[in-house]
Amino acid sequence: MQPNGKPMFKSSVSASSQSSLPIRGRNICDQNLNKIKNSDVSLSAFAFLFSELIQRTQSRVTGIQDFEERLNEHGFRVGQRLVELVVWRERSPKRETRVLGILQFIHSSLWKQLFGKHADSLEKSKDVNDEYMIVDNSPVFNKFISVPKNMNQLNCCAYLAGIVEGFLTSAQFPCKATAHTVPLPSYPSRTVILVKLHSSVLRREEYLG
Amino acid sequence: MPKSKLGEDVYKKADKVNAELFVLTYGSIVAQLCKEMPYDQVNAELEKMGENIGVRLIEEFLAKTECERCQDFRETAETISKIGFKMFLNYMPVITSWSEDGKTFVLNLDENPLAEFVELPLEARGILWYSNIYSGIIKGALRMVQIEVNTRFIKDILRGDDHTELSVSFVRVIDDEVPPGDE
Repeated sequence: MQPNGKPMFKSSVSASSQSSLPIRGRNICDQNLNKIKNSDVSLSAFAFLFSELIQRTQSRVTGIQDFEERLNEHGFRVGQRLVELVVWRERSPKRETRVLGILQFIHSSLWKQLFGKHADSLEKSKDVNDEYMIVDNSPVFNKFISVPKNMNQLNCCAYLAGIVEGFLTSAQFPCKATAHTVPLPSYPSRTVILVKLHSSVLRREEYLG
Repeated sequence: MPKSKLGEDVYKKADKVNAELFVLTYGSIVAQLCKEMPYDQVNAELEKMGENIGVRLIEEFLAKTECERCQDFRETAETISKIGFKMFLNYMPVITSWSEDGKTFVLNLDENPLAEFVELPLEARGILWYSNIYSGIIKGALRMVQIEVNTRFIKDILRGDDHTELSVSFVRVIDDEVPPGDE
């Protein structure tokens, strides 16, 4: 279990090796990992799926906090898996152990993999030294979602924050990530992902010098 | 214009998003459902979600392709596979077989993008149809053009079969009915 209580996904390999029956069909370890690396689907397909996810979550939650937490959980699962995939694809010879390093990796490589472009900016909070902000000027998640007035603190980019949180937590940087809309005149759906690192990360950062 | 060209053209003009994000999002949805309920209910839930998507998807389909009404069920099948799937998922499943009475066809979804990175746990293999959202989408979309169909998966590579196959069978044409209560 991670510090924020979210369980890591169970590896399927250990479960299957306990069975005495041979596994029929294709073995996931034989699959090519880059098969759909450069493929796209239409934005509307994704928008339909995401809206279905939102609708389903909406009917099962008690409030905006709960809603964002559930979206965060969904994103967390995606982020956990992206760590391995994106890092493997980058083929970098070293593992990121510093906060700035991993955040820059997210800002450039992860965003590039998911959205085809770098994130728009990466900032460190001036007042609090465990907070960092990743900014996206036009996140694809908010494009087709209209939030009713009585829920206007809801930001569906909580899903994206979950991806970042899952990514960082699985890379051994436990944290909490939340999404906030900070619109600019030219970018009405500009979203800031606020990353609050766990104190253990800061202690480790100090220890590393 | 041949159907496949139409599908490709519409796809080219559409905004795109990374397929892996799409696939991983779907995976997260299925994983959440499997946590909440037993596998056979997950199948039903996926189909319901698919139907909700399908009834809205058909509008976008008609708006973007300006297709005319299909003359017969065979044309419907071709439209679904060559235009429908292509314009949303950039992928054309193959129609592998037709029943003798021409009312049922089978789509081969071997290259299904949703099944990328997926391995089903052993206890799910006999029960869960992972991509069951497709059956709902097709059912919902066709219902909106007054065709009632039954859709179901018959094989799935993730379950250990050699192919992934979805069967669609024609039930009836839905006539415009007066809603109950109106007279």
